[in-house]
Amino acid sequence: MTTVKFTVSALAVIAASATAAAARDQIRIVGSSTVFPYTQAVAEEFANQTGAPAPIVESTGTGGGMQIFCEGIGENTPDITGASRSMKKSEFDLCVQNGVTDISEALIGYDGLSLAVSRANELDWNLTLGQVFLALAAEVPQDGAMVPNPYRKWSEIDSALPDTDIVVLGPPPTSGTRDAFVELAMHAGCESIDEVTAIAEASGNEDWVDENCSRMRTDGPFIEAGENDNLIVQRLNSDPNALGIFGYSFLFENKDTLKDVKLNGVEAGMETIASGDYPLSRPLYFYVKNAHRGVIPNLQEFVEEYMSENALAPGGYLEERGLVALPDDERGALQESVVSASAKLDVTE
Amino acid sequence: MTDNTTNAAVTHRHDWSSDRFQGNLARRRRGEKILAGLGLGAIALAFLMLAILLWTLISGGAQAFRQTHVAIEVPISAELVDPADPSEGNYRNVVRDAMQATFPDAEPSELRALSGILSNAAQFVIRDKVVADPSLIGQTVSINVPASDPYDQLQKGNVDTDSDESTRRLNDAEIAAFQQLQDQGRITMPVNWALLANADSRFPELAGLKGAIIGSAYALLVCFLISFPLGIGAAIYLEEFAPKNRLSDIIEVNINNLAAVPSVVFGLLALAVFLGWFGMPRSAPLVGGLTLALMTLPTIIIATRNALKAVPPSIREAALGVGASRQQVVFGHVLPLAMPGILTGTIIGLAQALGETAPLLLIGMNAFVTAAPSTPLDAATALPTQIFIWADSPERGFVSRTSAAILVLLGFLVMMNAVAIFLRNRFERNW
Repeated sequence: MTTVKFTVSALAVIAASATAAAARDQIRIVGSSTVFPYTQAVAEEFANQTGAPAPIVESTGTGGGMQIFCEGIGENTPDITGASRSMKKSEFDLCVQNGVTDISEALIGYDGLSLAVSRANELDWNLTLGQVFLALAAEVPQDGAMVPNPYRKWSEIDSALPDTDIVVLGPPPTSGTRDAFVELAMHAGCESIDEVTAIAEASGNEDWVDENCSRMRTDGPFIEAGENDNLIVQRLNSDPNALGIFGYSFLFENKDTLKDVKLNGVEAGMETIASGDYPLSRPLYFYVKNAHRGVIPNLQEFVEEYMSENALAPGGYLEERGLVALPDDERGALQESVVSASAKLDVTE
Repeated sequence: MTDNTTNAAVTHRHDWSSDRFQGNLARRRRGEKILAGLGLGAIALAFLMLAILLWTLISGGAQAFRQTHVAIEVPISAELVDPADPSEGNYRNVVRDAMQATFPDAEPSELRALSGILSNAAQFVIRDKVVADPSLIGQTVSINVPASDPYDQLQKGNVDTDSDESTRRLNDAEIAAFQQLQDQGRITMPVNWALLANADSRFPELAGLKGAIIGSAYALLVCFLISFPLGIGAAIYLEEFAPKNRLSDIIEVNINNLAAVPSVVFGLLALAVFLGWFGMPRSAPLVGGLTLALMTLPTIIIATRNALKAVPPSIREAALGVGASRQQVVFGHVLPLAMPGILTGTIIGLAQALGETAPLLLIGMNAFVTAAPSTPLDAATALPTQIFIWADSPERGFVSRTSAAILVLLGFLVMMNAVAIFLRNRFERNW
């Protein structure tokens, strides 16, 4: 009997504290796993500097973050979401429909995707995006028509490439990294092949590239290795002939065992990503609910810290984690508008 | 005569020394040996797998139990730290001054790189010291802080200094500077208590499991408080009071099926019900505990029913015979006798819950939280989700820390199972 009484009272205490703790004093952040390490860095720095409770940062993926972010206004919804692409029209509509109308968009910098190979591989790899497309697409052009990808070896694509099997490890379709790779590498590679442009023009369909060049092959050479980039790094080390696709920060941290595959002759690096010479660079954003500023304690201060020179500028602590900073002039204007919440986001298509 | 004939007949039918029997016997013995050998082989294989698992974890994680520290003298100038408001000082530059004092030959442009030898925590360690005792301004303070991750890896021998400079995180000048500190006897490698005493951090050298351990403890507490009484109540009803009819059978089958439901399904349920309908906070150990309770409940009900079944009917009949009511029989006699079995089942159920990851990921307990939770409603991680986060971090230091965290989790699991075995051996009665 005592157990029962004890449990009932314990449950009552929990229920009572649940209502009491509804008022939130921590900032809640969701969103892209690519933006996650940068937000983590700002959150920790912010908590250390100000002594305020550390923001809670959760890595949900860009799309998942938008879903939670756009659920509505209020203490039960997150204040900020990170994104490795800009907000889509459908997501913005969802936000507006749920009353989240006043959003600020902050571009924090660029992130590179890298294609890398183990240092045990002796070749100096240099691929064009067209070759990447031919190696990884589900369907490739041949004799004026799209056929299932017949290439099993690099040398079959170009005799200058090594005579080894095509093995590429990459992220699954749920990942933002995968979306970016398809858009930046596959579509661009597809369009760079004359035969494809001829077929696309003949079809008269403007969205031909989107519809036909987005599918990765599923017959073996491209391996979906899961969301864990570290796993890809480990598997590259055990198979010198395999190539891997992951965020630039993983290459940056593992330079001793991995080397870069040059794309169109350009090496991945802070400078080439910032200048846009390296073809696989993408913008990173965070979105903040302006209605929460001033309501959730410290949110405004946190946004100020995120947009500060200390964090974003070249040499700032986000660069140490692999973020490629924005050019000075662009950054200045953006910092101003995000901190003051003067530019209200409106997504139109 | 008769004896002789019988014996002869018997001998004829069962001639143990005949070739046929000997062959038969040898075949049967061989069969037995093969079976025993296969069984032994299976056990040996299982042990080999366990040994490989432990060996990889220990060899990978051992490094994380030590952390490179740098002892350094920090001059605190009144220019950088205002005595009126010591918490707002420019401690980044205080660290830079300290590096200048340690490396008198260094150019000002090199100081930023040199400051990178120390963990980012150095400036806050100094700040806290100065805020606690403002009279330190103008004096020199000695601190002993963790080295940052690249240098920790260097000290632990994970950097091949002979390799090409462009292939490593640290260039030759940085390695030479670290070597200089080493020659001055400033580098030590004490036991890494931060691994247990700190909460999570983005810097491997500062990251620890405190938040995850407390988060897991809260979640298990909530899980226990809910699943234990509910599980026992359900089991007592089903075992002692429920009529034996079709409805009871359906309930029983359902409970057994519930125990086999994949844990991620409970996570989805919790996401929809606890977070969606009840509006409970994300990432809270309270919600984690409720979710784990759903999962543990069937395990506890089944274990409790088995323990109740094991109490001989004679005990119940004797109690009823002297006039005890059903309730008195259950609480006065059956339940106390079944308690060791119930507790064993409960602890094993909780140990399972401790290692559960999937449902916690769905309710957001894989957040990055740099402070340990002070109530079950604060955002927190749990041990398995913390391992999940670290395994996905790019920094080298997290590789060994992931293994170390798994070892800590295994340690807790072994402890819980040991308690369960102890309870069983100490209190369980054989009838």
